[in-house]
Amino acid sequence: MIRHSREWGLGLGGSITVAFVAMAVLAQFWTPYDPALLAIGDKLQPPTWQHWCGTDQLGRDVLSMIMAGARNSVGVALLSVVIGVGIGVPAGLIAAARRGMSDEVIMRGNDLIFAFPALLLAILITAVAGPGAVNAIIAIGIFNVPVFARVTRGGALDLWSRDYVLAARVAGKGRLAISFEHLLPNLAGLLLVQGTIQFSLGVIAEAGLSYVGLGAQPPSPSWGRMLNEAQTLTALAPTLALFPGLAVVLFVLGLNLLGDGLRQRWAQ
Amino acid sequence: MSTPLLSVQSLGVEIDAVAVLKRLSFVVERGEVLGLVGASGSGKSMTALALMQLLPPRARQSGAVQLNGVELGGMRAAQLQQLRGRQIGMVFQEPMSALNPSMRIGDQVAETVLLHGAASAARARVMARESLDAVGLTGTEGALDRYPHQLSGGQRQRVAIAIAIVLGPALLIADEPTTALDVCTQAQVLTLLCDLARSRHMGLLLVSHDLAVIAEYSDRVAVMQAGEIVDECVTTPTLHHLTHPYAKALLAAAVLAPKRAASAAAAAPSAAVLEVRGIVRDHALPRRSLWRAAGAFRAVDHATLVIHRGETVGLVGESGSGKSSLLRAILGLEPLQAGEVQLLGESLSRATGRTQRRLRRSLQAVFQDPYGSFDPRWSVEQLVSEPFHLLDVPPSAAERRRRVATALEQVGLSPRDASRRAHEFSGGQRQRIAIARALITEPKVVVFDEAVSALDVLVRAQILELLAGLAERLQLAYLFVTHDLAVLRAIADRMYVMQRGRIVEEGPTLRLLTAPEHAYTKMLVAATPRLAVELTASARGNR
Repeated sequence: MIRHSREWGLGLGGSITVAFVAMAVLAQFWTPYDPALLAIGDKLQPPTWQHWCGTDQLGRDVLSMIMAGARNSVGVALLSVVIGVGIGVPAGLIAAARRGMSDEVIMRGNDLIFAFPALLLAILITAVAGPGAVNAIIAIGIFNVPVFARVTRGGALDLWSRDYVLAARVAGKGRLAISFEHLLPNLAGLLLVQGTIQFSLGVIAEAGLSYVGLGAQPPSPSWGRMLNEAQTLTALAPTLALFPGLAVVLFVLGLNLLGDGLRQRWAQ
Repeated sequence: MSTPLLSVQSLGVEIDAVAVLKRLSFVVERGEVLGLVGASGSGKSMTALALMQLLPPRARQSGAVQLNGVELGGMRAAQLQQLRGRQIGMVFQEPMSALNPSMRIGDQVAETVLLHGAASAARARVMARESLDAVGLTGTEGALDRYPHQLSGGQRQRVAIAIAIVLGPALLIADEPTTALDVCTQAQVLTLLCDLARSRHMGLLLVSHDLAVIAEYSDRVAVMQAGEIVDECVTTPTLHHLTHPYAKALLAAAVLAPKRAASAAAAAPSAAVLEVRGIVRDHALPRRSLWRAAGAFRAVDHATLVIHRGETVGLVGESGSGKSSLLRAILGLEPLQAGEVQLLGESLSRATGRTQRRLRRSLQAVFQDPYGSFDPRWSVEQLVSEPFHLLDVPPSAAERRRRVATALEQVGLSPRDASRRAHEFSGGQRQRIAIARALITEPKVVVFDEAVSALDVLVRAQILELLAGLAERLQLAYLFVTHDLAVLRAIADRMYVMQRGRIVEEGPTLRLLTAPEHAYTKMLVAATPRLAVELTASARGNR
């Protein structure tokens, strides 16, 4: 019974995630309307057959903007996870393999990043390099690094005590070879789960940064900015905030269900 | 004729329509120790649970279990709760997890009394003291106020026994009570259990996988196989009353000494293949203060040992004696603080690069855990051929397959197994794969770290036979690191005894077992349970 519902969560989460990613990919080639096309005459329409999610204060099609926003959201979250994995995983493997001073330096560096509020760093980067999607990716990516480094190090330390690692050492393999041939494949599941969780946090962070104007800049649409713009018009057009808000909630929920399902599958 | 204390009549247990216990019948008299022995999965623990009426919810029980003539099957939960602890006491294998780590031991013993509403709090405390007295745990001030983590494994097991006997149960069930303990502690705990049973007129059901333990400590022995009791007899030192083929096979496996032609090493000492000279291994302790140098724990203290060509040498010691540290130092997995390891006349501990790889081909290892020794994602071929990493020129794919096939055949597996994964094999088969991996580089010395400890006795016997044959055919020298004298008795030509990082005694196995000189060796030999047949076994004669 419990097992059954767990599978159900995994399936539902996976479906939602796939749907949003597909939407993002689709938006690359086609959206119902040009999300940047202004049609002041059609502004603030409620959902109709022409505009499924209505139009905003400038007459842009909200569905098209959400689709284009998904592209932005998926892109930023994915690339920031890639940054986190790309730097964090090797750092964690090195810390576990070398121990001693390297371990201390890497892990204390992690603590330093952890101690820094994410938003503050994003503002810092923006102040130096100007706002934009790339800077959002870098800011979120930097915060993924210590997460992956810790998860990798913890998992790797456990694996280092296994007899098959001993056997590999007796077979003359160095720490680097063991890290890549034995540890990494056995940590893949763990990292996949963590990656899903960081992905969902990345979606939220991207929405948050663009909400305060530090993410993707106009005319490139993003869920966070749509919410920001809708905020002032809540009384006038209540559905305007509904759809981008729903998109964030649904996507994050789907990713969390997926991550949870994967984690439980992994634990078995 | 009076009713026996415990009477089990054709007890059967089914779980999901699979019979796990079949037609079990036995009795335990007052003051008697019944030894229940069998391989893992034979239903020993299930029997213990059935007696306690603690079977898993899906299990269905048939037959009769009577304690003092009262049927236990069909009793209500409240009645059973009164029965457990008051009438039947139980001691489990794992002494740490059986105790509550955040509760003083005196309170834990008293808790059992209070839970049964058997006495007032003050009286319960007195009973707890008496019970801990009986298991030899008092005598010092504040003995009852200690926490489990302040006690050693043997002392924890004594607390578990004190809890089991505090209400004076009529029957005590001990399920592998000493499997997690060192051999000297094992002897003390088993002696205590048997003394308690006899002096208090309790029945004791002693469950164990170890025939030698049962032979030494029980009055009667019952042998289980696949959920059935296949043989039962009065315990004698040689257990010669056992008649069932399976029981005889168990007995033969337990006293196994693989026959070998008198080894060259024993006849005339030949060249040393592995020499370990005065090595020291220090483990750094955590730094106490930023300003003071970190202390160190000396795990291996100037250990010296020699292994000759084709010789099987044992290294025995309790856990914490430094034998694993010594082994890792020999394998070059950890840096030495002093001393040298020489392999085939060359220094292994100072070798680097090519020389080190060349030497390491001649020294391979088999580790303890048949489940943890293999990367779960690798195929057997990948696993077995991993030591080819030591070759300067890796063999071609075809050559690699051929050599993996040869190695698998040498250890009694099929070349077809190469494409499978380790988890598809049983424990014994996995240990064969590990041996194949160790043989693939055609080594001169193979080191075994508790390599047969986790195996059932029948499987262990097969592996030991296999190793003896391989040693003879391939002129291999073995270093067997173990806590179990029985293993060394079976196969080692010579033995080293290790205690607190030092090698305290060395000599031919037979001499050390029959005439040990060092006090520690004497204690080890005396504590190791053994079947009397072993010393008269003809197999020993040709050593």
